[in-house]
Order: sequence, then C-alpha cells, then structure tokens
Amino acid sequence: MAAPKAELLPGTLDLLILKAVSLGPLHGYGVLLRIQQISAGALLIEQGALYPALYRLQEQNLLATEWGTSENNRRAKYYRLTRQGEKRLRDETQSWNRLVAAMSAVLGSRPEEA
Amino acid sequence: MSLASVLDRLLRRARLDHDMDEEMRSHMAERAADLQRAGLQPDEAQRRARVEFGGVENYKEQCREARPFHFLHGFLDDLRFGWRMLCRAPGVSLLALLCLTIGIGANAAVWSWIEGILLRPFPAVAHQERMMAVSGTYRGAAGAAGDSIDVSWPDFRDLRKSCTLFDAFIADKIMGTTLGIGDRAQRATGSIVSANYFDALGVRPILGRGFQPDEEVGRNAHPVTVISYRLWQERFHGDPAIIGKTQRLNGLPHTIVGVAPPGFNGTFVGWAMQFWVPVSMQEAFDATGYQLEDRNSRWIEGFVMLKPGVTPQQAQSQISAAAARLEAAYPATNRGRGIKLFPLWQTPFNDAGTLLPTLGIALAVVVFVLLIACANVSHLLLSRGVARRHEMTVRLAVGAKRGRLLRQLLTEALVLSTLAVAAGLLFGYWCRNLLVLLLPSRGGRAMNLPGELDWRVLTLSAVLCLLATALFGVVPAIQASRVDLAGAIKAESASVVGGRRRGLTRWSLVLVQVALSFALLVGAALLLLSLRNMQNMSPGFSTRQVLVTWLDLKSAGYDQQRVNDFEDQLLDRLQTVPGVVSASFAEFAPFAYVTNATAPVAIEGFDNAAGELPTLNYNQVGPGYFATMGIPLLSGREFTKADNEAGPPVAIVNQSMAAQYWRGRDPVGSRFQFNGRWLRVVGVAKDSKYSSLNEPPTPFFYVPLRQNTGGTILNIRTSLPPQSIALTLAREVHALDENITPGEVITMGEQVARTMAPQHVALMLLTVFSILALLLAAVGMYGVMSYTVSQSRRELGLRMALGAGPRDLLRLVLSHGLALTAAGVALGAALTLGSSRLLGYLLYQVSPRDPLAFLSALTIMTVAALAACFVPAVRAARTDPVRALRS
Repeated sequence: MAAPKAELLPGTLDLLILKAVSLGPLHGYGVLLRIQQISAGALLIEQGALYPALYRLQEQNLLATEWGTSENNRRAKYYRLTRQGEKRLRDETQSWNRLVAAMSAVLGSRPEEA
Repeated sequence: MSLASVLDRLLRRARLDHDMDEEMRSHMAERAADLQRAGLQPDEAQRRARVEFGGVENYKEQCREARPFHFLHGFLDDLRFGWRMLCRAPGVSLLALLCLTIGIGANAAVWSWIEGILLRPFPAVAHQERMMAVSGTYRGAAGAAGDSIDVSWPDFRDLRKSCTLFDAFIADKIMGTTLGIGDRAQRATGSIVSANYFDALGVRPILGRGFQPDEEVGRNAHPVTVISYRLWQERFHGDPAIIGKTQRLNGLPHTIVGVAPPGFNGTFVGWAMQFWVPVSMQEAFDATGYQLEDRNSRWIEGFVMLKPGVTPQQAQSQISAAAARLEAAYPATNRGRGIKLFPLWQTPFNDAGTLLPTLGIALAVVVFVLLIACANVSHLLLSRGVARRHEMTVRLAVGAKRGRLLRQLLTEALVLSTLAVAAGLLFGYWCRNLLVLLLPSRGGRAMNLPGELDWRVLTLSAVLCLLATALFGVVPAIQASRVDLAGAIKAESASVVGGRRRGLTRWSLVLVQVALSFALLVGAALLLLSLRNMQNMSPGFSTRQVLVTWLDLKSAGYDQQRVNDFEDQLLDRLQTVPGVVSASFAEFAPFAYVTNATAPVAIEGFDNAAGELPTLNYNQVGPGYFATMGIPLLSGREFTKADNEAGPPVAIVNQSMAAQYWRGRDPVGSRFQFNGRWLRVVGVAKDSKYSSLNEPPTPFFYVPLRQNTGGTILNIRTSLPPQSIALTLAREVHALDENITPGEVITMGEQVARTMAPQHVALMLLTVFSILALLLAAVGMYGVMSYTVSQSRRELGLRMALGAGPRDLLRLVLSHGLALTAAGVALGAALTLGSSRLLGYLLYQVSPRDPLAFLSALTIMTVAALAACFVPAVRAARTDPVRALRS
C-alpha cells in the first residue's frame, strides 16, 4: 500500500454514497469505484459494508433503484438520487463544511489567539 | 406505512432476498473481472474479490436489518426454524410438550374452576362485580362455611328500607321440594326469593315475567312460580304456551308466570335451581312453619347489589349502623346480632365456602406441577443444547451474534410453550366440568359447578405461557449460546465429583423437582391420614347397618292424618321383612344440608345470667329412633308409640345439653319450655355428630314426631345392602299407594362420606399429581445421573485403575443421588412446613407436621431416587478402565 489511507468517520459513508450517486446512476460496485476515483484511493471502504448503507438510504427514500445492465453486460441494480436525496445531499454537505471549517479553525489556532 | 404495504413487504421478502443475493454476486463478479484485467489468474481473481468483499452473510443480515420490520422477519425465520428443530427431535419435543401440556392444562382447569365457582359464579347476572353476600353475625362471630347465621325477614325488610348505598337487597333461600309430575312426585331444587329477584339481578325471563312487588306480601297469598329454562325444556318440552299453566310444588298448585333464560341457574353456587317462588310462599316450602313475621327466626340467605362506585367498606359501615339500630329497637330478638357483607368468593352459605380450601390447595398443587414440568423441560432442552453445541459453534463462527442465537433459542422455547398452551387449554376445557364428577352425587339432583374459560383465564394462560418460556427456556438458551469458540473443540470433562456451571444448573433443577414432589407427597400423606381418621371416627351413630331415605307424602296430596296412617302401616310392613331390624321416621337426617331446626328454650331451674333464652338445635324423631340409629341412651327411655298427640309432651336431651343446663344432675323428670309448651325430659342420649365430624359437642334435644309437625326422613336398621332394601321398600310403598316413590336409599356411612367431598377431591388431586411429580423428578434424576456418569468415564476409569472396585463406584454414584435427594427433601420439608396452613383447613386430627406423613414421603422419595440412580450406577460400576482411559 503506497499512499496512506484514512478510515472513514462514522456516518460519513452515507454522505459519500449520496455524493457519488449524484453524479449519475451507479450500481453498487460502481459507487465503490467512483468514491475511490474521486478520493484518489485515499478512503478505505470494506466493499461489503457499502450494501447495508445503500439499503438504509433506500429505506429513507433518498435513493431509488432499478435493474439495468452493466458495462460488462451483467444484470446489475442501479441507484440514483431522489428529490429528497438531492436535498439531503445539499443539507449534509453544508453542515459538513461548517463542521470542517469549525474543526479547522480550532485545530489550526495558535496559543496567542486562544 | 400502511398495513397493506407491511404485508406486501413480508410477502415479497423471498424476492428481496433473492435480489440482494444477485446484487452482491454481481458486485463480486465485476470486481473479479477488473482484477483479471489487472493480470490475475481467474481463480485467484475470484478469491481476491470474495476476500475484499468481506462476510457476505453478515452484510446480508445487516441489509435485512436496514429494512423496516426486520425484527418481524427475524421472528418469522426463528419461528420456522424453531419448528424445524422441534420436528428434528420429535421424541424430546413430544415429551417436553406433554410435560408442559399437563402443567399448563392443569392450571387452566383449576383457574377456570376458581373463576366459575369463586370469582364470577353467576355469568347471567348483569353486574355480579357489585354483588355481595349477606350473612348475620352473633356477638361479632360470622358464620363459618356451612354454619352460617341467616337473617330474619323482618330484619331484612328493615335493612332494605334504611340503607341507601344499595341498588337492591335480594333474599334467597334454597330448598329441596317435590315437583308433582302427573301422579308421581319428583325431587326438585328451588329458591324462595324476594320479589325483586329477577329485576335486581338483571335477568330477564325469556317468557312471561319475574315477580311483582305485591307478590311478596300476604301469607301463602301468591302461588306463582318462575321455572328454569332446563325444567321448561325437560318437563314441559319447551311448550310456548306455558305461561298461565299450573304446576304442583310441594303439593300446592302454582301458576307458572315466567321462564328464566338459559344459562341462569339461580344464585346458589353448586346447585342448579329448577324454579323460584316469592317469599310470601315460605310456609308452603319450609317444614319449620310460618316465619315471615318472626324477627327471631333467621332463614334468609341473601345478597346485595352495591350502587356503582360504592366501596365494600362504605356499604359495610352503613349496614352495620342499620343493624345496630335494629339491635337497639328490638333487644329481645336482636341483642348481639349484626350483619356482615362478604365478597362472593367467601360466601358463607353455599358451595363457594365449602370448596374454597380445596380450590386453594388445587391451585398450589397445579403451580407446583407446572414448576416441576418446567424443570423437566429445562432438562430436556439442556441435553439437547449439548447435542446442538456443534451447530451453535458453527453459527457463531460464520458471524452470528450471541444475542441473535439467544433470541433464536428463546423463540424455539416459545414455539414449544405456545403449542403447550393450545393443548393445555383444550385439556382445561375438557376438565372444566370435572369437579362435579369428583364430588359425590347428591341423590340425582342437578349439580352445577361449571368452570369458566373466559378471557381472563385465557389471558392468564397466555401470561403463564410467557412465564413458562422464561422459566424453562432462558437457562438452557444462555447455556447453549455461551459456546466457547476455542474451547468447543476440547472435550468437556464434567465428573461425578467436580461440577462445572453446566453441571450445577442440572443439579439444581433436580433439587427443585425433588423438593416440590416431596411437598406434594407429604400433602397427600397428610390428607390420607386425615381421611383415615375421619373414616375411623365414629359420628356417634351406626354408619354401616343403618340406611337413610326419604318419603314425601304431602306433595301427593296427603293431609297429616293420612301421612301418619301411611307411615304407621309402612313401618309395620317393614318390621315383617326378613333382615330388617327396625325402622323409624325423623324430620332431619344427620349430615344432610339441613340437619336440625333451632328454637329458644326456657329450662326450669336454670337461672339465666345473660337474661335471654338459649337457642338450641333439635330434631323430631319417631318411636325407636335411637335403637335404629344406634345412639345409646345414658339414662331414661326412648320415645314410644305412646308419645303421641294424646300423651303428655316429652323430650330427650343429649349429654352436652344435660351437662350445660342441669350441671351434672340427671335431667330425667325435669322440664323445659319449647314452642310455648312444657316438655318433660324422659331420657338422655349420648352426644353424636349432627352436621360435620369437626364440630364440637353441641347441646341438642329430640322431640316426638307425633307431638310436633312430622317428618319425611326414614331410617332403617338392617344387615341387607341398600340396593336390596331399595327394591323391598319400593314394593312395600307401592303396595300402600302406587303413586308414591321413595327417594335414594344410602347407608348413613355414605351420607357422612358425602360431607368429606372436599377432602376426597383434594386427596385425589394431590395423589395423582404427586405420583406424576415423583415420576418427573425420577426421570430428571435419572437423566442428570446418566449424563454425569457418561461424561466422567475417564475419571471413573482412573479410579478403577487406582484400585477402586465396582462396588465403590456403585456406592459413589448412589451416594451422590442420595445426597441430592436429601438436599431436595430438606428444601421440600421447609416448603411444606411453610405452606401447611393451606392444608390445615382440611386436616382432621392430624398435625400438619405429622412425622408419619413426613417419614412415608421420605421413604417413597428415597426409593424413587435409588431406583432412578440404579441404572447409571451399574453403568458406572461396569466401566472398563482400559477402554475408558484410552478413549
């Protein structure tokens, strides 16, 4: 393993999936590839762990599914974002950014500023 | 989410699972294809794809949990799987099911009895929860069961007028009477009731009407009757035009004004009433004469209906205040008298009171049996848990959580106990009317002791099911799911001496079983001793060679003179029958429902400190009564034919009355006043028992039939069996009058035995269930012993190799069995001593700590334990050290 990899924070997998799917419908393996591609392989996801998250999001009506055919001509289930999913992605992204800004501010502060 | 979509999801579950499977396989195939493109061999690519994906089944389970109602899916899975597991070991499952069915079924049956007899005995009554029984008290003492103090009609009317917290006062008096059917007379049971009876109870006659207020006024003024549905069906074949027709009751034509609805049997627990008459007809049905205007004659057994929201305490304090006012207003009759209200289950004057202790014991017994059954099922499941250790290990290894396994095992237990509840309820349903069969017959009269399997009993059974599951399911489930993954491959090494936790659980289960069965055995032994005492106890009259029956002439239209002539002729005829020694008539028979009348008496020369007349019990008897009954006379003479209307009034007193009122002097020749006449005492009879074997010696006197109102009870002293006398008697009676049929002929011994019904029922329940419990405990002990012996073969072999002989090993195993038994017996003895109060009510001259009972229970228990341990012990003794150590 060349590049250092980061463990996912709890709860962030859902946000990653929503983001990945927002760029176009994907099947499960496709979601995995998309996340690795965007993060340049920096995020470590156990492949099977993707599915409970996909099912959870689907139950919350954030994702919709339909069966289709993959690039390799295999039957595969495709996930796409619903209207609610889009809204959730926006909200979650904003609150994530606020969190990151706040955390960076705290962690980047120097003694005299405190 | 709507119900439809929930159902839809549940039904589509199989397809969703299939989709999930396909999706994951597709993922791995894509990944393998990518890996292959990156240069891996196909085999290696597929392996890597599977490894990278992780535990497929585990993720599938997580996906299922993401679905709503996944717990329901899990439950359904567990149910299905549980069912399959039960079917896989049908022997064990059936045995467990049988144990639980007996346990739960016995409970359901006893609860249905308690519900139907004690708690809600009158299902046809609109508001029985507001109903309470009324009884009189004397100097603070209320009547005990079978010995109640009734209320007089004038008092009853005054209470009704002055108490405001009550919707209704209901007078009710059960009576045996004769029903004229064509030319014949048939014995029937009816009630004398206040006119508000049907309205107050909320029971609407299906034909005609109930009674009207004016029908309780006037001496014998309203010969009207409401008949029961069953009488209407059986006697009148459901005649729709029955209203207005007449029916002879006790010889008097009554107009039928109503038919009670089906299911209404009156308000006397244990008996099904066939008709009701208003209070005004009291004199026609009561042998003791007209009592409606006498404040001193107490005969009413009544009920009250509380107004909604009134508590029993408020009602009691109001009625007590009213009774106190009556006491002040009528000191001559009411001094020391009060009124007490009872909840229905404590009703002092009907079978509720008599059966209360028996049902209490029955309840304790069935709870014990259920506990024993649960212990046994626990055993069975524990053994199966050992057999299933491999299964559990595999399931844990492929990623099942322990909690999930526990849930699965508990669901299996729940399946088992649900089946048992269903079977048990069926069993209870069959047994709900069993109590009537356990009780002795009452001369063919309609008994009514139904169990009620209503929603309360059903709810209780459901709760019991959960409780039983918890009791027998939890321990084995925890044990079975507590599989040590690393240790599971190692052989378990329990031993006779060393006990690991698993061993301990088994041993304590057996301990509980031994303790409970010992307690039941002691109970059965105590009751057996008590019954033996009762049977050996002489009631003071002969029980073997004296028969009792009854003959009702008045309802056949006889007047007093014809009754006298008939009885004289019949006695003359009976004297000539070979085998008949003597015969005599009386008003009451001892140990019947009513055994005597009461009257105030003034005794000459007895100075009465209390200032009021003592009220004593008496019977009217014919010539030769004492010789016939076998009651010895201590002094004086017996009544003769000369003691009739023409002779001077006489009486015979018993020993206790002589001792109490003549203080050691021989009363023969003295006088006492009774019913306004002075009677001369001509004899003193030995004390005997009048209504129960438990009663203390009671002052009692006898007066001649011919100088009083007469009687219908016939006693015959003979060496012939009752059946042959019954035929002879019927022949002789028919020779005199074809239309008269004598009643059931039984020995006085049978008459006495019928009063021991509560003891008989309790003994039977205890015997049956203690044998059952003993068997279950023995099976349990056998199980744990053979298991231990088979698990400790290595140790046994070692002992043998080191010089122990087969005898030593035999002794080793047996002594462990005996130690276990001793511990269980000690626990059981403590339990028995703690709960002996329950049996105390039914015990007769036996201490609840009777050493003989404990000793015999101990012997039986020890023999059973030795028998149970013998086979495992022999197996231990036959251990082959070479093979045991090598294996």
